[in-house]
Amino acid sequence: MIRKLLTTHIDHPESHTLKHYLSVGGYESSKKALNILTPEQIINDVKTSGLRGRGGAGFPTGNKWSFIPKTDKPKYLICNADEGEPGTFKDRLLIEKLPHMLIEGMVIAAKAIDCHQGYIYIRGEFMKGLDIVEVAVNEAYAAGLLGKNIQGSGYDFELAIYSGAGAYICGEESALINSLEGRRGHPRLKPPFPAVSGLYSCPTVVNNVETFCNVPHIIQMTGEEYKKIGTEKSPGTRLFAVSGHVKKPGIYEVEMGTPMKELIYDICGGIKNDKNLKAVIPGGSSSPILTSEEAMIATMDYESIASLKSMLGSGAVIIMSEEADLVETTYRLAEFYSHESCGQCTPCREGTHWVKDILHKIKVGEGTEKDVELIYSLSRNMEGGTTICPLADACVMAVRPTMQKFKEEFAKRLQPVEKPTEPKKEVANVG
Amino acid sequence: MAYQFSSDSETRFQKLIPQFPNKRSLILPCLFLLQRDQGFVDHDGMQYIADRIGNPVSLAHVHGVATFYTMYNKKPVGKFHIQICANISCYLAGSDSITEKVCEKLNLEKGQTSKDKLFTVDEVQCLGACGFGPVAQINDRYYENLTPEKIDQVLEELGRKG
Repeated sequence: MIRKLLTTHIDHPESHTLKHYLSVGGYESSKKALNILTPEQIINDVKTSGLRGRGGAGFPTGNKWSFIPKTDKPKYLICNADEGEPGTFKDRLLIEKLPHMLIEGMVIAAKAIDCHQGYIYIRGEFMKGLDIVEVAVNEAYAAGLLGKNIQGSGYDFELAIYSGAGAYICGEESALINSLEGRRGHPRLKPPFPAVSGLYSCPTVVNNVETFCNVPHIIQMTGEEYKKIGTEKSPGTRLFAVSGHVKKPGIYEVEMGTPMKELIYDICGGIKNDKNLKAVIPGGSSSPILTSEEAMIATMDYESIASLKSMLGSGAVIIMSEEADLVETTYRLAEFYSHESCGQCTPCREGTHWVKDILHKIKVGEGTEKDVELIYSLSRNMEGGTTICPLADACVMAVRPTMQKFKEEFAKRLQPVEKPTEPKKEVANVG
Repeated sequence: MAYQFSSDSETRFQKLIPQFPNKRSLILPCLFLLQRDQGFVDHDGMQYIADRIGNPVSLAHVHGVATFYTMYNKKPVGKFHIQICANISCYLAGSDSITEKVCEKLNLEKGQTSKDKLFTVDEVQCLGACGFGPVAQINDRYYENLTPEKIDQVLEELGRKG
């Protein structure tokens, strides 16, 4: 049985309204958190639940909150709604359909870390979502669910919305903080981590939309009960955004640990045009590709995907049938990372661009075996901590495993290496 | 006359001020207000933003920010800005045929604006609507599950409105 938490009422046409959210028990969890629980109890409950961040890194949420120091400095809470990884489109659904669940999750998190000012940093292109969230925030203020003395608890929390302006790198939390401070979205050197020195040099927690949306459910059902869903090390449900060559692409909430085969063939209706499965990118474009054989043994949880040397990442599953041109798709991903590099670090700025150019050469039939070797050589200089943030690593992970696992597909496009011609023998002029 | 916010933008600007303890945070929203007012961000507008926000925000800083982000148009665009997603999921769903159709129909190449200033065509990296590809963003609206026939109809409708 597929158990749903977040999307139980999502098909209701008014799911985004306060009226509907209240009718299904909305804001009861924040009432409990604000009026009954202590910050320590909230953090412990979230820790017990085993909730891991749903943005990509999968860091335990309760631990992240517990890193916030007890100081007199203001603390900030930021919702990272800057969804931009190719293949990832799940947060948009939550923003547009369940904005009050997000707001409630943020209110509970705010109490947990003693924060009185939060921001929702939302991807600039999501203009519809931005309007919906704005209305929801206004509704929450008017109903006393945000602002001063929330739900009669004596706790104050202000929430503002901030629009991104088209930079994928701002999904990286320190780049997002820079952007929110009115700067270029350049990732920061760490440490210090945002928990110690984040927005305006104050302690800051940044969590993904889906992460916040899980929080009211944890408080409602307790961490112990939440932990019973999913697998032992990957508790809860997960929103998987499925795209590519499947009959029914879309966003599906399933328990962690669901077999990938079930997701592709039962839930998404199988491969488009009844073709064979060739490959799957399991967690957003930066997660290394899986062959069809690997996909058939994978389950949708952090550990299973990691055992196949890939990542569950942002929960974006990109399906490719035997009809997919993997040289072209790899080139498109390299083009993305080249375009989105912030330019701070040389291995990323130059490397992503160079890899893209070489892949272009290969895709138009002008590449050689030497070009393949050059990409491998370049990628070794782009990964493993040579840059401030992992964008260069992401580019490598999107490119190299595909070239290795589907070597023959790339080899078909290569020109033979020209052999050097032998120098002409000089003939003595004896005439 | 030098640039200044429209009355609506001025109202929005005043509402923004108390939301941020550091006024540098106003730069990105102000650039959006500028773009709402005149369709793109230019030198005069950026100077105006620097002046309105005041010290320590300089024109150079505003310029540095504006040029980093792709959503700020640094030159005028057409009344309808057509941005077609070309990344992996949309590509797998057939986005190339959409770009081809739009360029052919409007007789434009990617990045160009029509002579009547009605349309600008661009390819973008990812619109975050991957399950509904091919996708195009035209001004504030997403057009999903496109086919060459559907985009043809959309262009005709926009042409009539223009």
